Formats: sequence, structure tokens, C-alpha cells
Amino acid sequence: MLSYIIRRTLYVIPVVFGVALITFLLFNVVGWNAASQMLGKRATPEEIAALEKQLGLSGPLPEQFLHYLKQIVTFDFGRSFATQQKISTLILDGVLPSLSLAVPIFLIDLVVAIVVALLAAYYRNTWVDRAIVVGAVMGMSVSTLVYILAGQYLLAYEWELFPIWGFESVKFLVLPVVIGFISGLGSGVRFYRTVVLDEMYQDYVRTAFAKGHTERSVLFKHVLKNAMIPILTSVVLSIPFLYTGNLLLENFFGIPGLGYLSVEAIFSTDYPVIKAVVFVGSVMYVFASLLTDICYALVDPRIKLR
Amino acid sequence: MSDAPATTLWQTAWRQLRRNRLALACLLIIVLYALIALYAEGAYRFYKFRDQPPPYKVVNFEHRFAGPSVRHPLGTDSLGRDVVLQVVQGTRIAFTVGILTSAIAIPIAVVLGALAGYFGRRTDDFIVWLYTVFDSMPGLLFILAVAIVVGKGLVGVCLGIGLTTWVGLCRLIRGEYIKHRERQYVLAARALGVSNLAIIFRHILPNVLHLVIISFSLRFPGAVLTEVVLSYLGVGVQGEPSWGIMISDAKLRLWQGHWYELGGATAAMFFIVLAFNLFGDALRDALDPKLRTVEAKTA
Repeated sequence: MLSYIIRRTLYVIPVVFGVALITFLLFNVVGWNAASQMLGKRATPEEIAALEKQLGLSGPLPEQFLHYLKQIVTFDFGRSFATQQKISTLILDGVLPSLSLAVPIFLIDLVVAIVVALLAAYYRNTWVDRAIVVGAVMGMSVSTLVYILAGQYLLAYEWELFPIWGFESVKFLVLPVVIGFISGLGSGVRFYRTVVLDEMYQDYVRTAFAKGHTERSVLFKHVLKNAMIPILTSVVLSIPFLYTGNLLLENFFGIPGLGYLSVEAIFSTDYPVIKAVVFVGSVMYVFASLLTDICYALVDPRIKLR
Repeated sequence: MSDAPATTLWQTAWRQLRRNRLALACLLIIVLYALIALYAEGAYRFYKFRDQPPPYKVVNFEHRFAGPSVRHPLGTDSLGRDVVLQVVQGTRIAFTVGILTSAIAIPIAVVLGALAGYFGRRTDDFIVWLYTVFDSMPGLLFILAVAIVVGKGLVGVCLGIGLTTWVGLCRLIRGEYIKHRERQYVLAARALGVSNLAIIFRHILPNVLHLVIISFSLRFPGAVLTEVVLSYLGVGVQGEPSWGIMISDAKLRLWQGHWYELGGATAAMFFIVLAFNLFGDALRDALDPKLRTVEAKTA
């Protein structure tokens, strides 16, 4: 067990190195002319050279890579091109607003999706289940953009139920949370329904029924417990995506989180910011998946055999 | 041994699909959209060849924001361009993105997954490392990053989506190859001196091809939805009507009460994404008995 955990933890090193390598290849090798793109056509060669130096794009590639690794280790990604603020500060400042939007959406979605999925499992092979599936897929087939536009227009503008834009009090979060919840519900229901139904056909469920348990007690006492493993995985693995997850919602509702930061950076081709957010997001994912695997090993002793 | 004529996987799958009326309706919708996309591609090329401004780009200020009429069934936009014609052109972009992203992602997934699963050891370690790294990248943001570094436009979008969405299929293919490499037909081929590459691509590949087809029909709607978001953020197609650009334009007009553009693009997108999702599910149930979760097991 311990050796598995140690091995799994050490595997983080090559993966984080890989993430650094890929982002480096993307931004420094493929995007080698970022400086002239950012400055526009009228820039002088001197200006371009100065910006390249500032972005760590000057000198031979190995040297650039070392510079990038140094940035990563010291968590100092330089300054934003558009605002000249320190990128590390921008990222840290954005975490709280992002989480205050993403965490409620995530939790509400999780609970509602699991309840609906259990409902679908309870009514499996009837029209209720089929309606839930088709409804979920229909919900997934509408672009998030449309949910946002329609919600913002109808609920905030026409009916004036919510403020349209800003981040001043909890009131400002209600509408984006509702929209985020609705736009994510379809895929959640579909996923958890498959998880729950996969459990329904396991041997232990048949045994439980044979022992005379009612449908309800099997579903909630047996199936739900066993379905917790895939559910937990998906929960832990979504945590890092909470941080970059709501690009559009933050942009439309003016919530100054990391999504807002990223969209602004994209609009102003602010490469250093995009690079840093992509890297930090990936590293958070790497650690979350490490956490999942360790939890697995603790819960499920069969993992050790691998 | 029975005397019943042997049926292939594809025949069995088709027979099952044919009984599923919902899946057939979805297939019909997909074919219809494909024809519209083909027509739009033809129109696009025709006007480009003739060097004429295509009708969907003709600006007519006198008819801006017109409501539905016989000439413009869905009205016109802020420049007086016909909304229906733009929706049709949007179909072309959606299909281009759906097909090109698959053309990028699927070969990467299949080749890497096959090599990793078949050869194992170092090759496997390397490829598993590679996809673990790609899997860690934050979805939409990484796609955006690729798209803007490569350059805004259709190519950037396709590369962005294609290069970031191959991991899931690659994992599946690797798992299948690990199972198949010990099967007797593979051992027999190896004993006969068939080369590794021939075993991988001629002997095993046909046995995992259904995964590719399922993956195609389930990734298509995702690509369409992503293209819309990318276009909205300004890194998508430039200078051509696409559903994302229509929605993004409509964003400003909505406050003035003009919603036909938004409605047209949304409805067009809704039906094709819905059809692909439902058809993909049905296809998966028909082609991959192991993934068949509900209906079959209760029988």
C-alpha cells in the first residue's frame, strides 16, 4: 500500500514536467512570434526584442525553458502585458470569486443530478426513465451561450428579478449560479444514471433483492454506497476544473474570477497570462488525480495488486 | 455448430438500430443536415469561384431587422442579411469543424493507443505519460490557447479541439489492444511471421473499429458546441457566418428585441447536437454489447 502511494506520488514529477514541456512547446516554440503579434504591425524591432526578453522568448530554446522552469518554481510568471500587474497576484485574486461561483453550481448540480439519476434507476425501463434521458440530452444540446443570453435577457433584463452585471453581494451570484446549474444538469444526470444503472445489474443487488429487500432500500442502502466510488472520482477530478470552469458565466456577469481573467487575456492576446493560467490549472488537476488515486487505494484494497 | 448463416457485428448492429425508431429519426436528421452542409459548401465555392459576393453576405440596410416574411422566413440581421442563408452557412462550418477535428483526433488516438497497448513496456509508459499530461490540461482554456497561438480561424479551432480531445478514445483503444494482443488469432498471426505493424493495423484494428465510429458520433456534437463558444470569444472562423458568430452578434440585438438570429442559430444547433447525441448512444448500444447497459441486460 505504502509503496503504491509513494510510487503514485512520485509520478507527479514527470507529469508536471510534461505539462511544463507542452505549455512551453505551445507558447515558446509554436508561438515564437508572440511579441510581434502582441505589439501589432507598427512595432520597431527594438520594441519587439525588449518584449521578447520580458516574455522569456529571447535566447536559445533550452535557455528559455530553464527560464520558464524558474518561473514555475518561484511561482512568478512575470507581468500581464495588458495591465502590467503581477500574474501571480492576478491568479491568487481570481481564485475566490471563481470558487464562489463554481462551488455552489457544482454542489447543486451534484445533488440534483444524483437524485434524478436515482429516480431514473428506480423507474428504469419505463417512460419516466426514457423521458429523463431524452430530457437530459436535450438539455445538453443547447449551447451554454444560449442559456446565459436567455437567462440574462429574460430574468434580469425583462423581469428585473436579478442584477445583470457585477460582483457586489450574494444577490449578484444567484442568476449565474442558476444558469450554470441548468446548463450543467443534463450531462450530470446522464453520467450518474449510467453509474447507478451499472450497479443495478451487479450480483450483490440481485442477492439483496433475493433476501427480500425492497426496491427503495436496495437503491439507497446498497447501490448508492457502491456508486460512491465512481461518484467520488468524478467529484475530485472536477475540483480543479472549478477554477477555470466558468469562463463564459464570469465574462457575461462580470465576476472577477479566473475565467474573467482568461477571457480578458484572450481578447487582448495577453499570452503570459494565458500561459500561466493554463499551467496552474493543469498542475491542480495533476494533484487532484493524485488525491483520487490515493483515496481509491485506501478504499479499495484491490488497487494494490496493480 | 448451428447452420444459421453467420452475421457480422455490423449486420447485427444495423438490425438493432433499424428497430430503434428514435435512432432512425436522428439518422435522418443527420443526413438532412449533411446535405444542407454540402449545399452550403457548394454555394460557398461557387460564389468564391465567380468572385461574387455570396447572397448570405449581401448587405441591405433598408431591410435590416426585418421580421419573418416570405422572402426572409427568419427575418434579417443588423446588416439586412438573410438569417436563413446564414444558418445554412453555419451548418457548413459546423460540419467542417466536426469532421476536421475528428480527422485530427482519431488518428492520433488510434495510432498511439494501438502502439501503447500492443507493445507495452517502454512504449506504453511513454504514451500513458503523454496522455496523462494532455488529460491534465484545462479543457476549454487549453483549446483557446492552442487556437490563438496557431492563429485565429477555422484551422486554429480545429487544431485546438483536435489536439486536446484524443485522450479518451486513446485510453479505450489501448485497453482493447492489451486484451487482443494475447488472443489466439494474434498469436497465430505472429507464429506465421506476420509483422507487428500488419498485426496491429490489419488484424486487430478491424476488431476495435466500432469504438472509432462511436467516438466519432459522440465527439461531433461536442465539437459543434465548442466551435460556437470559440467563435463567440472571437477566436473562431473569421469573416464567414457561423452559429457562434450569429449568437454573438445577436447578443447585442437582443436588448432591442430582435431574437430571430439567436433563435435560428440555436434551433439549428439544437437539432443536430441532439440527433448526434441520441444516435451516438443508440450506436454504442448496438455496436458494443459490453457497454450495453440497460435494455439488453434486463432481457
